[in-house]
Amino acid sequence: MRLSPRATTLLVLAVLIALSPLMFPSNFYYRVGSLIFMNGLAVTGMVILIGYAGQISLGHAGFSGIGAYSCAIMPVQWGIHPLLAPLLGAAISALLAWLVGRPILRLKGYYLAVATLGFGILVYMVLMNEAALTGGPDGITVADSGLPDLAEAAGLDLSNSQFWYWMSGLVLLAGAWLALNLYDSPTGRALRALHGSEVAARTVGVDVARYKLQAFVISAVYASVAGSLLALQNKFITPDVAGYMHSIELVTMTVLGGAHSVLGAVFGAAILTMLPQVLTVFAEYEHLLLGLIMMLVMIFLRDGLLPSLMRLIRGKSE
Amino acid sequence: MPELLQFLFSGLTVGAVYALVALGFTIIYNASDVVNFAQGEFVMLGGMITVFAHAAGLPLLLAAGIAIAATAVIGVALNKLAIEPARGAPVVSLIIITIGASIFLRGVASLVFDKQIHRFPAFSGDAPFRIGGATILPQSLWVIAGGVAVFIALWLFFTRTLTGKAVLATSNNRLAAQLVGINTNWVMTLSFALSAAIGALAGVLATPITNTSYDVGIALALKGFAAAMLGGMGNPKGALVGGILLGILEALTAGYLSSQYKDAAAFIVILLVLFIMPQGLFGARQTERV
Repeated sequence: MRLSPRATTLLVLAVLIALSPLMFPSNFYYRVGSLIFMNGLAVTGMVILIGYAGQISLGHAGFSGIGAYSCAIMPVQWGIHPLLAPLLGAAISALLAWLVGRPILRLKGYYLAVATLGFGILVYMVLMNEAALTGGPDGITVADSGLPDLAEAAGLDLSNSQFWYWMSGLVLLAGAWLALNLYDSPTGRALRALHGSEVAARTVGVDVARYKLQAFVISAVYASVAGSLLALQNKFITPDVAGYMHSIELVTMTVLGGAHSVLGAVFGAAILTMLPQVLTVFAEYEHLLLGLIMMLVMIFLRDGLLPSLMRLIRGKSE
Repeated sequence: MPELLQFLFSGLTVGAVYALVALGFTIIYNASDVVNFAQGEFVMLGGMITVFAHAAGLPLLLAAGIAIAATAVIGVALNKLAIEPARGAPVVSLIIITIGASIFLRGVASLVFDKQIHRFPAFSGDAPFRIGGATILPQSLWVIAGGVAVFIALWLFFTRTLTGKAVLATSNNRLAAQLVGINTNWVMTLSFALSAAIGALAGVLATPITNTSYDVGIALALKGFAAAMLGGMGNPKGALVGGILLGILEALTAGYLSSQYKDAAAFIVILLVLFIMPQGLFGARQTERV
């Protein structure tokens, strides 16, 4: 029996999520694992934007910031149920992406990059400066979601890290499933068509502006949910989640692993998330090495790490 | 009016630095169609190398000269080692390569130098001039003069010299330029050296006012990038006007509205300009061949 690429991807992800804990020597690794899944989720959204539609955004951390701060602000300030906050955050992100995306997505290449970058910085500055609401640069505590307690009541004896490991793993699987379904849908085909050539896509009747906007909004929701998960796990959040460096990291993870496949991008997220943990011994060299890796991969493995690795393996077996 | 004049002075000073960074962007963009996100690191290197050379006992002028020359060499190395090998890569890859380069250079600077904030003395003392009730530092005049001088020199270079015209020809059509006998590789080397040297000069001129540290590059690159976009990518006149407009705009926002949101104002105006005139103020309207 031959599995479809979609089923293969989901299977590989599910097996990795389920079996990795067998190799975890301590609880700390659950935390790193959950961070990988959260970044993987945001990056899956970037695959839709960069890999499918061929657009770039240097401001998607802004949406992560909105998702994260929704979880921090809404339950405390406005009495909204903690589990409703991520959903409302995602809705706000979607609405904002829709409003901002309409004018921004007319731009191409570097102009699109600077416009999205500007958007991300604006969100970051609001989070930094509206201290009465957001706690300013010092950050803000996030009320407990009650979810880990619910799991305990249901008979699952999990630590906080363990709970969020499984939770974000499941959300990543769901996100990957949706993104893979989208790939083969009419929308996915339209996105790939406009990636190839906007003019050609328009000629065959694709509403280019509408589909680009859809990809932008969907990827914003992914980033927002990832931000919410991070806030709920950490129970504390600072404006850095919406910062320029985080936006850059998201794009780098996506392209590093391979922007055309969900699995590749999640692989990229895993590598870049683990890098600082592995390099704690060389903390001084962390930035130097990160920059070096970014350059080397983009110069020598243009399709990203995973596709290049796969080609190497296939080439040897044939 | 002295208040307004004061804001204009500080806006002009900052704007001249942005203009220098934007001019650096423009040169590399023209020669290679690459937006170099590591441009801010050239400014940082210019300031930092001068600081440490000066602290080692060299006279200020010699230290500045060494800093500018060293940064130019680093610019050429960036081209040879990272940009040339990636020729023809998609825009996203090029953005990541130059961002990677900027993170790398920042990492190297934090190791080779340190993570402290530094400055060196102003060229002509710190006694401010009084004009119409407002004050301006002599160093501000140096920065503004530097910006204008570089712009004029570049304008003469691109319009009056054969080498400058070879750079323009390369940016228009690389293959055609090669066919008429222009050494395009050399043009690329020259462009990166020139761009890095201009960045370093901005760092040398501005450090006595703004101070410097290993991480000043990001903010400067973003502002310079924004200024270049505002004026229209690839146009030296646009870079100059965009930089100075951005500086004045920031100073006015900081003075009259809110100092916390001065950076926000810059980006809001840039977003508006891009929505209304997607090619910037002076950019040529482009038609894409299919």
